[in-house]
Amino acid sequence: MAIKMHILVCGGTGCSASSSHEVIAELNKELEAHNLTDFAKVVVTGCFGFCERGPIVKIIPDNTFYTRVKPEDAKEIIEEHIIKGRKVNRLLYVAPDTNEHVSDSKHMEFYKKQVRIALRNCGFIDPENIEESIAREGYAALGKCLTEMTPAQVIEEIKKSGLRGRGGAGFPTGTKWEIASKSRVGEQKYVVCNADEGDPGAFMDRSLLEGDPHSILEAMAICGYCIGADHGLIYIRAEYPLAIHRLQVAIKQAEEYGLLGEDIMGTGFNFTIELRYGAGAFVCGEETALIHSMEGKRGEPTFKPPFPAQSGYLEKPTNVNNVETYANIPVIINKGADWFNKIGTEKSKGTKVFALAGKVNNVGLIEVPMGITLREIIYEIGGGIKGGKKFKAVQTGGPSGGCLTEKHLDTPIDYDSLVAAGSMMGSGGMIVMDEDNCMVDVAKFYLGFTVEESCGKCTPCRVGNKRLLEILTKITEGKGTMQDLEELKNLSNVIKDAALCGLGQTSPNPVLSTINNFWDEYVEHVTEKKCRAGQCKALKQYVINPDVCKGCTACARACPVGAISGTVKNPHVIDQSKCIKCGTCYEKCKFGAISIK
Amino acid sequence: MCGSKIKISEANYLKVKEICASFNNNPGELINVLHQTQGHFGYLPEEVQQVVAECLQIPVGRVYGVVSFYSFFTMKPKGKYAISVCLGTACYVKGGDKILDALKSELKINEGEVTPDGKFSIDVLRCVGACGLAPVMTINGKTYGRLVPEQVKDILAQY
Repeated sequence: MAIKMHILVCGGTGCSASSSHEVIAELNKELEAHNLTDFAKVVVTGCFGFCERGPIVKIIPDNTFYTRVKPEDAKEIIEEHIIKGRKVNRLLYVAPDTNEHVSDSKHMEFYKKQVRIALRNCGFIDPENIEESIAREGYAALGKCLTEMTPAQVIEEIKKSGLRGRGGAGFPTGTKWEIASKSRVGEQKYVVCNADEGDPGAFMDRSLLEGDPHSILEAMAICGYCIGADHGLIYIRAEYPLAIHRLQVAIKQAEEYGLLGEDIMGTGFNFTIELRYGAGAFVCGEETALIHSMEGKRGEPTFKPPFPAQSGYLEKPTNVNNVETYANIPVIINKGADWFNKIGTEKSKGTKVFALAGKVNNVGLIEVPMGITLREIIYEIGGGIKGGKKFKAVQTGGPSGGCLTEKHLDTPIDYDSLVAAGSMMGSGGMIVMDEDNCMVDVAKFYLGFTVEESCGKCTPCRVGNKRLLEILTKITEGKGTMQDLEELKNLSNVIKDAALCGLGQTSPNPVLSTINNFWDEYVEHVTEKKCRAGQCKALKQYVINPDVCKGCTACARACPVGAISGTVKNPHVIDQSKCIKCGTCYEKCKFGAISIK
Repeated sequence: MCGSKIKISEANYLKVKEICASFNNNPGELINVLHQTQGHFGYLPEEVQQVVAECLQIPVGRVYGVVSFYSFFTMKPKGKYAISVCLGTACYVKGGDKILDALKSELKINEGEVTPDGKFSIDVLRCVGACGLAPVMTINGKTYGRLVPEQVKDILAQY
């Protein structure tokens, strides 16, 4: 009997963390128990993107999409769906607007507006099996380049596609390759893939490497062919063990198939790839810092020029691109630049992968055409704000980016519009915040991150950011003055102008953008000593409403510092000078007499 | 041989030498060497750094410079059960800091510290990449997601 059905189970980090591996084991056990191993096969895939509903199980050919599957559901899936052909309704996704079961992911709001180019194979193939990749055109683009195109023609095609670097800054990829190809011709050169995804709240690159490692290897080889390099290095975070494992497997398989190594496809072109591990330093996302780290040194950035294309890894010409940029290359070669440049906006072509997270109903990995609006992303794909709360801001670009607000909801997103709005594309983290998030606290959070991650080489970043953090802390503790707010703005602008590298130059962005968009909130913290979101602990006040208080004494007995006084059956009072704002009284009160001001 | 100055057992000394040799004693591989060494010892004490420096023929200062630069490397041993609380943005906006507070008050240690019995240690990390499960913590690599502070006590009791 031939395999008729495939059961795809997400083996990405998110779903693995909610025990998808036990689901896989149970499914296999049930298939064996029913003697079905010749009929149906379990395939462990990369990320489907809909992490909110994980673990995800998808049945092919009927495209049934099961969500939040537990190991104990395996029996029912096999007995009902695989044997009897009846869908297990209770595991299907329920559309929040119509309350109807949706069985095919194509019809889910989460997927409807997505265009999957970089993520084309994620959740579709077994990333540890090169043949599945080849069946989906894997290495076809490399073959086409090596046999039908000259390096200059390939570069021309990439330039024509309009692809820009997906790591954040958006430099045109074709131009970057062209510069590297013309630099010090005939010398040893290197191709580097930046997989040091340090931006907190972003997991695009990890999911790509876990779900489709061969596309990255293929694109690096194409780049090597274009610029005249025979060796590639992938700089990857050590915190990504699964992605590292999948890359190791993929490199080995590609070598066995003659798709990496010497004389690739009999064309005389040689290309090898090795892995280099990061060790947890955000600044290593900056290309000069990354190169120093690969050389076994502290990951400190250096002035550009010289650019890596002139003098990079081991002082040789080096081309550095990010994972998602590489993931687009094979598609552009296979389908043509003219197909690719029809997607997106005038200056930003193609799609962008975002890690949508925070206070949104559908958290996950999404890929959308450039030019989509935030409203479409948050309310259609993201399913709106969690718990029906009010939307407040969305943060893009991580610690280097800024916040966008309600007034930006209908702006088409591309590299340039985000910069114009005071944020940036960044690598693709997109964190949604609701009315319960305090924007001063958010700015403080990012500054805390930058201060910790600053390499310390240049003074504006090392000292300046520390001062910014101190001022922000002061404000959240209710000790800020209007003078401090002015100081925040001035200092931010100085750091932007004077810092050495991209990390420092962009580090005040979270401060400036929250000041621009939420000035009122800053002023409230300073003049009224009030945090409207109730996040700044020092500004909270617990108060007892004497009309509602029954004098039960529950709060006074629970208060750890004895700040509540009053006699039985008479209203109690909280002494604000003693109160440590722990919230115990608030939780203990059965009558709702205590409120937070 | 400067090995005599270093207070480290012969077996451990040979282990570090072996790791360095597997990277051809190439100073360019320092970070990979340290990854493997920390994988073996659990942390990178001063004595071990000295042996690495000796094998790769670089100053101890350079080894220490790299160890102290990268957050992944640690010079303090971790607890038997190493707890890492994610404070990436997605976890932070969903209250990851409150999970950290609950752990600290439950174990009576701060982040970066180990309980006196050596059983637990708390660290903060930036993004596990499981943002769909935020807020998240991991204990020896096992992930606990969609946490509320009240769960912390029960989870610790399992260890």
